[in-house]
Amino acid sequence: MEAGTLVEWEKHPGDAVKRGDIVAVVETDKGAIEVEIFVDGTMGKQLVALGTKVPVGTPLAEIEGAEEEKPEISVKVMKPAAAAVVAPPAPTAEEGVRASPAARKHAAEKGIALASVKGTGAGGSIVLHDVEQAAGAAPHRGLDLTKMRQAIAAAMARSKREIPHYYLAHDIDMNAALAWLEQTNAPRLPDARLLPAVMMLKAVALAARKYQAVNGFYDSAKGFTPAKDIHIGAAVAIRGGGLVSPAIHDCDRLSLDQLMDKLRDLVARAREGRLRSSELSDGTITVSSLGERGVESLYGIIYPPQVAIVGFGAIMRKPAAIEKNIAIRPMMTATLAGDHRVSDGHLGARFLREIDTLLQEPAKL
Amino acid sequence: MNREQARALIIAELGNIAPETDAGQIDAKADLREALDIDSLDFLNFIAALHKKTGVNVPESDYRKLLTLDGAVTYLAEKAK
Repeated sequence: MEAGTLVEWEKHPGDAVKRGDIVAVVETDKGAIEVEIFVDGTMGKQLVALGTKVPVGTPLAEIEGAEEEKPEISVKVMKPAAAAVVAPPAPTAEEGVRASPAARKHAAEKGIALASVKGTGAGGSIVLHDVEQAAGAAPHRGLDLTKMRQAIAAAMARSKREIPHYYLAHDIDMNAALAWLEQTNAPRLPDARLLPAVMMLKAVALAARKYQAVNGFYDSAKGFTPAKDIHIGAAVAIRGGGLVSPAIHDCDRLSLDQLMDKLRDLVARAREGRLRSSELSDGTITVSSLGERGVESLYGIIYPPQVAIVGFGAIMRKPAAIEKNIAIRPMMTATLAGDHRVSDGHLGARFLREIDTLLQEPAKL
Repeated sequence: MNREQARALIIAELGNIAPETDAGQIDAKADLREALDIDSLDFLNFIAALHKKTGVNVPESDYRKLLTLDGAVTYLAEKAK
């Protein structure tokens, strides 16, 4: 991601803002990204006009009253061409409708009553995409699959060119994990139930805490830097093609219920093309699963500058040796692709074994 | 709830889950997961949406009964009064 186009302001000069608030939306080759703020304060002057394409790191606005001196919002997103002018609010009849400025501007241009548009933004607010759909324009979902494919191609080609991968596989008996999950989910209503995926994410996070050589970044000048936190990039397939790996922050410190909420939210926003800037840049290790498509084992390509990717295959009922007997057990193959500049197969094997061990005691996850 | 009402609700909810697809056009006996390219999280969201709209709490042991459009219609029409 080298540049992006500012398409919406979510906050305006004079608005109080706090850490974590979404202040703008920028379109990039990874889809639309919600730009977060990392300080508390008041929105000051906006430095970039809607419709302007800017390079990564360009300050978008000033924040007043923050502790840091002259803090700015920037985006990991060319020289401004003809800067678009933000239109004034739509007519008074539309004032009771929650809509973004870009949506109001486009609705006014197209003569569309905002009250007739179904909002898909936060809290049901109307965003640009909703108005474009209402106008019968080509669907604009914040996702350009052609650009996304180019971005994937660039990252994966770089990975295969630069990273000396090694691969390991380890079969895990999922009997205990599935039994615990069934028991846990039984009394719960559907929206509170857990999926096996969250157990796997948590197990990977806890194992990565113990084996730090799989969690961090490699730079050819500096070498390996272990990450302080564990932010798992969860590979999310986009229907129609494409893939993103947004990060779930601090996976090792989240409960399974919290992880489930995060995963549900992240997948929904990934498919809508509404991820946050930090989610696309903060991943410290990636987890991918193709088990639901019947794939027995998945050997991933490391997402640089990360140094490892864990793959999970399908949970399949197979004959397995249990002490001196053979039993049919739900088995799953976990794989690791590791960066040989940072770790060796020996450490990788212990890391996979740790994931296995953790999944045998699911109540402790 | 009759079958027509159940079918309309199910197609609407599947449309919310996988808006890129046309749930109304799929083979009524096809596996929804394959026909709509939905995963276990989508399916769980679908079950949760049915619960929210009808009050029908589908236990995990019954998920397999809702894997086709026909199956889901039959199930919902029977359970939602």
